[in-house]
Amino acid sequence: MTLIMLFDILLVATLLWLAWRLLATEDIFKAVVLFISFGLLMALAWVRMRAPDVALAEAALGAGLTGPLFLSALRRMERIRKEERRVDTDEDRDDDVKAGNKRKETI
Amino acid sequence: MMMSKPGISGRRRFDPFLLLIFLLVLLLTLILARAVCTLPMGGEGLAGEVARFQQQSGVESPVTAVLLNFRGYDTLLEVMVLLLAVIGVWSLATASFVKNSFATSPVQISVVRLLAPLMCLVAAYLVRQGTHLAGGAFQGGAVLGAAGVLLLVTELPWLSVVPSLLLRIGLLLGPLCFLAVAILCMFSGRQLLQYPSGEAGWIVLLIESACAVSIGLTLASLFAGGRPGGDVSDD
Repeated sequence: MTLIMLFDILLVATLLWLAWRLLATEDIFKAVVLFISFGLLMALAWVRMRAPDVALAEAALGAGLTGPLFLSALRRMERIRKEERRVDTDEDRDDDVKAGNKRKETI
Repeated sequence: MMMSKPGISGRRRFDPFLLLIFLLVLLLTLILARAVCTLPMGGEGLAGEVARFQQQSGVESPVTAVLLNFRGYDTLLEVMVLLLAVIGVWSLATASFVKNSFATSPVQISVVRLLAPLMCLVAAYLVRQGTHLAGGAFQGGAVLGAAGVLLLVTELPWLSVVPSLLLRIGLLLGPLCFLAVAILCMFSGRQLLQYPSGEAGWIVLLIESACAVSIGLTLASLFAGGRPGGDVSDD
């Protein structure tokens, strides 16, 4: 019984520490990685609260999908920043503008 | 939060605005703590009520009974919100599916080829399991979506190869199925989403399967980050 309580206390402490770290860190990539681990531990916490449905959803959605979504958004942000640095090679954005105009015409 | 972020201008200056935010957050924390402390302890809530009508719900899992039957309206709205998210992303951007400069490792490709069908199987199992144990449309759909994300990351371009119309039908399958059931219930003289007694079991499973497919496709489309190029609207 006390062992389980010790585990719970450790889990809560780790969750709080992870939450603090991911909010306080300057490096966005590091924050995303911390967020994924936070999600996995949160799933464990839901299991301890005897809510396996929520635990499954948290593990699959919170850790498994939101993390990659953040990572892909991060990569996109970096790509946009690089494109802004090289002003002469933004054919990609020109294409986007053309597609936007076309969409307006169809409307 | 306030003491981090070093090195903007040496030592941080005193900012009254930050102090205001800190006090507001402190106040919110106190209010929430008070709300938690005054919650009735040990109460059973609505668990007894759910258990009493479990037989009528057509499923054995109380969570699925609440989500898909007793409070089906909320789940219907949730599914609609996911659909709206995809519509929003698709109207803002097109996914380019450009090849990365470095090639994907053959080990990764073969592992994903092995894993993807297995994950589809697990997703179907989770949806099926949702009727009597933990699981359901959202969990199954998330696993399905994860399989799609893995395929996208490995640059197996399924999202750009699948015909766009088929993809759109897949995205709409869950919401439309749910809505059709809701409206049909109304037409046969019942309330919205009040399933006919005795038939609730397969109706719930049908809605869950359709929603799982849609949720999986939705999550994978969100990861792709835009409308696939060469879409039907580009013709």
